[in-house]
Amino acid sequence: MSAQKFNIDTVENAAATPGEEQPWAELGLKQDEYQRIVDLLGRRPTAAELAMYSVMWSEHCSYKSSKIHLKKFGAKLDEAMKKDMMVGIGENAGVTDLGDGWAVTFKVESHNHPSFVEPYQGAATGIGGIVRDIISMGARPVAVMDPLRFGAIDHPDTARLVHGIVSGIGGYGNSLGLPNIGGETVFDEVYQANPLVNALAVGVLRHEDLRLANASGVGNRVVLFGARTGGDGIGGASVLASESFDDTKPSKRPAVQVGDPFAEKVLIECCLELFKAELVEGIQDLGAAGISCATSELASNGDGGMQVELTDVLLRDPTLTPGEILMSESQERMMAVVTPAKAEAFEAVMAKWGVEYSWLGEVTDTGRLIITWDGETIVDVDPRSVAHDGPTYDRPQTRPARQDALQADTFRSSDAGASLPASGDELRSSLLELIASPNLCDKSWITNQYDRYVGGNTAQAMPDDAGVVRVDEASGMGVGLATDANGRYAYLDPYAGAQLALAESYRNVATTGAVPMAVTDCLNFGSPEDPEVMWQFVQAIDGLSDACLELQVPVTGGNVSLYNQTGTTAIHPTPVVGVLGRFDDVSRRTPSGWREEHDGEAIYLLGTTSDELDGSEFANLRGHLGGLPPKVDLQAEKTLGQILISASRDGMLDAAHDLSEGGLAAALSEMVLRHGVGARVNLEPLLQRDGVDAFTALFSESQGRVLVAVPRAEEERFADMVGMREYPALRLGVVDAESGALDVQDLFSVPVEELREANTATLAKHFG
Amino acid sequence: MPRTVEFPFLVDNTLPTFPNSGVKIGVVTFPGTLDDRDAARAARIAGAEVVPLWHADDSLQDVDAVIIPGGFSYGDYLRAGAISRFAPMMDKIVDAANSDAKLPVLGICNGFQILTESHLLPGSMIKNDHLHFICRDQQLKVENVNTRWTGLYEQDQVITIPLKNQDGQYVADAKTLDALEAEGRVVFRYEGLNPNGSRNNIAGITNEAGNVVGLMPHPEHAVEKGFGPDHTGTDGIYFFTSVIKHLLEASK
Repeated sequence: MSAQKFNIDTVENAAATPGEEQPWAELGLKQDEYQRIVDLLGRRPTAAELAMYSVMWSEHCSYKSSKIHLKKFGAKLDEAMKKDMMVGIGENAGVTDLGDGWAVTFKVESHNHPSFVEPYQGAATGIGGIVRDIISMGARPVAVMDPLRFGAIDHPDTARLVHGIVSGIGGYGNSLGLPNIGGETVFDEVYQANPLVNALAVGVLRHEDLRLANASGVGNRVVLFGARTGGDGIGGASVLASESFDDTKPSKRPAVQVGDPFAEKVLIECCLELFKAELVEGIQDLGAAGISCATSELASNGDGGMQVELTDVLLRDPTLTPGEILMSESQERMMAVVTPAKAEAFEAVMAKWGVEYSWLGEVTDTGRLIITWDGETIVDVDPRSVAHDGPTYDRPQTRPARQDALQADTFRSSDAGASLPASGDELRSSLLELIASPNLCDKSWITNQYDRYVGGNTAQAMPDDAGVVRVDEASGMGVGLATDANGRYAYLDPYAGAQLALAESYRNVATTGAVPMAVTDCLNFGSPEDPEVMWQFVQAIDGLSDACLELQVPVTGGNVSLYNQTGTTAIHPTPVVGVLGRFDDVSRRTPSGWREEHDGEAIYLLGTTSDELDGSEFANLRGHLGGLPPKVDLQAEKTLGQILISASRDGMLDAAHDLSEGGLAAALSEMVLRHGVGARVNLEPLLQRDGVDAFTALFSESQGRVLVAVPRAEEERFADMVGMREYPALRLGVVDAESGALDVQDLFSVPVEELREANTATLAKHFG
Repeated sequence: MPRTVEFPFLVDNTLPTFPNSGVKIGVVTFPGTLDDRDAARAARIAGAEVVPLWHADDSLQDVDAVIIPGGFSYGDYLRAGAISRFAPMMDKIVDAANSDAKLPVLGICNGFQILTESHLLPGSMIKNDHLHFICRDQQLKVENVNTRWTGLYEQDQVITIPLKNQDGQYVADAKTLDALEAEGRVVFRYEGLNPNGSRNNIAGITNEAGNVVGLMPHPEHAVEKGFGPDHTGTDGIYFFTSVIKHLLEASK
């Protein structure tokens, strides 16, 4: 087939036909954005250039609505926070020094929209994309996590999404040999038509293996390798329609990419071999905006120029036009820069792994990205103008008019809060209702579809507070990771809500004994064109960046997902925050539940309980959302973290579990259920000290609280350590292996089996 | 006095291993193999020297035994194991397993599927009856302790090792099943719960000579305290120590 089957819009042609109508609006560009391209080029763009600018200047690629606000994460860093940060925001993923020559890279990203359209492939390729970001840094990916949010559990469409998304994550992640070590699953009707599928990946590397995405060294060769380029994932049907040069090609293809996990697994091993043999100078994965993104970013981060022949791209579908090739988001592809001397060795690695590749061009010092089609120039741009000089907007923000009324509508003052459980029986059935609720029920129906063992380094996975992975087999050094978000809290107060997400994630990591070191975030919000959403977004960034500074944990990377809304109804602002912590030795981690051999150990509650039910899981069960979220006290979280980390290092604790959604009732139940070993607690001292009733003690979601199991021999030492730090602690009861029940003295007792049944039946009932 | 701090999840040095045994175990890697590093670690912990074997090579490099690890070789495309069986390395393994020397071969999960596709073991694996991938700590009963890979277990011992697969339902025709049962070639049977609909609760089988064993669950994920079932289990280590012990005794 001849390459000249389209009317190729060359640069020469574009200069000669300034008046030609171009489909910039269909490609999602605004009038002034199009004009800016014309001004930059001094002529109208070619069809291929227009395609490149349109995808690279899209919200998704250019962060045009969020860029000016995201700068706060970089601005609020002090020297101590920068100490271990080897790579910060802006690269494919952040890199943190772990010591002993080891480093870790991690990032969370969204794949929300594709997962609603095509749940299996959307979720699968979400994993694929984030994993390639990790490989691009020179790291071996070692684990993934998935924070998920679905609509109401009983909505007819929810099962379609749950089944598709869970099997997509499993089908892709399991085939890559990456253990899935945690995440969250939340059900709320606000996510009905906008499910959130976030994917986090973590990788480890030796310092010397660090790779960055840049094309340096004039004369070095540019190679595209991995899967062939197809018509999948081209920015939507409107784009295809706008480029219908003729009628002979397939008209519409899904805008969702299609994943091939086998190709990705081979690509991982192949890249690691390339890194080991030092065969690549720069590398970039192909994700959103495909070749447009890879060429313009590599060129603008390097010596500034690149020359590429587009007909050399290996195609799955020979009918693709140049614009489609530039925009295709076909998965499992990488672009690398290789010195001519190493080209042969590079080819040998490709041959060994059976990976296809094609040499596309070379690095130049012209400052221009030149793309040719059969020798004719179809793109001639300054790569910086494509990759970095997109428009930025300071969009208007308005505090929603409803916010005051919303915050005044407390649970206690509402009809839902008028009659609350008080007697032992009432509290007992509320506890059972709570642990059976969609958000607090056992999630093993989902997590059992993920491989948590592969790699042999998983020291802890769901349902524990944080996933724990060993990095160095010789020393046992490793990392702990948790992700958290509470959309209801953030809806009530986005500034505090974002801080609460960080606080919980930080607490989860510290609870296992890891020292929190770095943060990644996935900011899921509605439309930035809605000033009220924009207000939520900016509030959340302010809250999160302030809290990061106070807790001394830098954000090293992340992702923004906007337009999560249907019509004028946005999702709850949902800033998902991942925290990574370091263990000297993962064998010292503190597990989240007690075992039979811990019979008789003391159960302590650290932290105090106030009347904080607004936005709580209990209020949610009663259909209420209003008031203010729990108070944030970051200094308390820090002290609590220090206590838990020291206790883990000194072997003072046999179990620890943080209190979050569902409060003490949920945490106690989860610790009992972890290994099916009962406990006996007495709330009376807590009620006396904190001046709350039993209902509040059990269901309030006050922050800064953790339950721990302390061996008798350690009680004094532990109490001293906590006392020295002046952190409130209360001996609540004991682990009771004999009773086979969770016994709350003078109020109620629930056999472990009854707890288990309530906790495990929910997902099975809805999803089979 | 603070108690002596015990970290219960450290590698248990009391496990009966054969440090520096001199036994060489080959671990095969196909494109898409996932558990090769885990199998190698398990063999090393047991005391073997590990030799990586690449699917496209055709030399067994004088190994004393071979492990075909789990994963999704060739993406399980066409049928799990169906493409891998044509690898040059598989020709060598089949010949060596059938030779007088009776090379010990262990196929785990995808490795088991490759062994059935290669006709070293009878039957086949189809999709789990519930149609989901499943990852769980699985109890097995060891019903044959006379294979090269199970000598250190006790007859009918119940062990717990991880199970994780999509296509784990063992099927075979009635004649084959009868023969397997009659000849005591069912090595492992699911205990407590049949997780995938396998015929006769079969989790693993052996060939007539007892040198080739295949099973769906993963012993290599239960060899280190802290990283196995329920964060404590190490029941899988005996696969690897059994074969080393056998080879050491055979070489005397």
